[in-house]
Amino acid sequence: MTADARARSPLAARAADLATIGAELVPFLAQVDLRVDPTHAGIAPYPLPLEPNTAWHDDHYAALWLGPDEWLILGPADAAGEIVAALETAFADVDRSVVDVSANRVAIALTSEDRLDLLSHVCPLDLDPRVWSAGRCAQTMLGRAQAILLERAGTTPVLVRPSFADYVVNLLLAVRGATSGVGA
Amino acid sequence: MLLIRCPWCGPRDEIEFRYGGQAGLTYPPDPEAVSDEEWADYLFMRDNPKGPFRERWFHAAGCRRWFNAVRDTATHRFISTYRLDEEPPA
Repeated sequence: MTADARARSPLAARAADLATIGAELVPFLAQVDLRVDPTHAGIAPYPLPLEPNTAWHDDHYAALWLGPDEWLILGPADAAGEIVAALETAFADVDRSVVDVSANRVAIALTSEDRLDLLSHVCPLDLDPRVWSAGRCAQTMLGRAQAILLERAGTTPVLVRPSFADYVVNLLLAVRGATSGVGA
Repeated sequence: MLLIRCPWCGPRDEIEFRYGGQAGLTYPPDPEAVSDEEWADYLFMRDNPKGPFRERWFHAAGCRRWFNAVRDTATHRFISTYRLDEEPPA
């Protein structure tokens, strides 16, 4: 999965628990934080969404709106160096900040049918399909943990800090236990 | 629960936000020229109205941007929120 065989996800031992909550680990997701004046968004190698809390993605890469001048670029494992190089090249002539933050967050992808019902129990965000649909992303809270949510067709990747990863899995397990049979 | 409208992210739960005190305070243009009393007044003294109050808020768990709000301190109702580069609503 990654060039460094010693790399180990904080959730590596929790595959069974992840399966219980209808999630799977997204191992070693490449994450690059980009800050640049939004007027330069057009020269980016990836389409940078300008509307707040929306995201662009294709089969391999994604660009999430994090703030009016900040985006998170996601890519396959080991792609962080390539993404950083592409951004540095594209924005060579303007003020920018490009930082590899791949170790900043652990990603799990919720894939069950009722994943938004599950998240709604621990998330203050309105996850009703009328306002939360594919192409949306958000930074919010899951219980007491800050998280980034990304909505795609059929899957909801969730990014949390590594030290909160166990907590979030435990939280979703508790919700699953308390609501088993409801909407499942 | 309060719903606070972030100027960037729209209405969000209050747990995503942090309070930042009174808005619109201006740093003394020449801080070495002001008296101790004026400096203390700038540092420590804040308005404490009953009614609409201009405040700074921080969307800590969301877009991590500061913005300003006008909040009624008697009812906790948010009358308006606006970006830092916008003029306060009349």
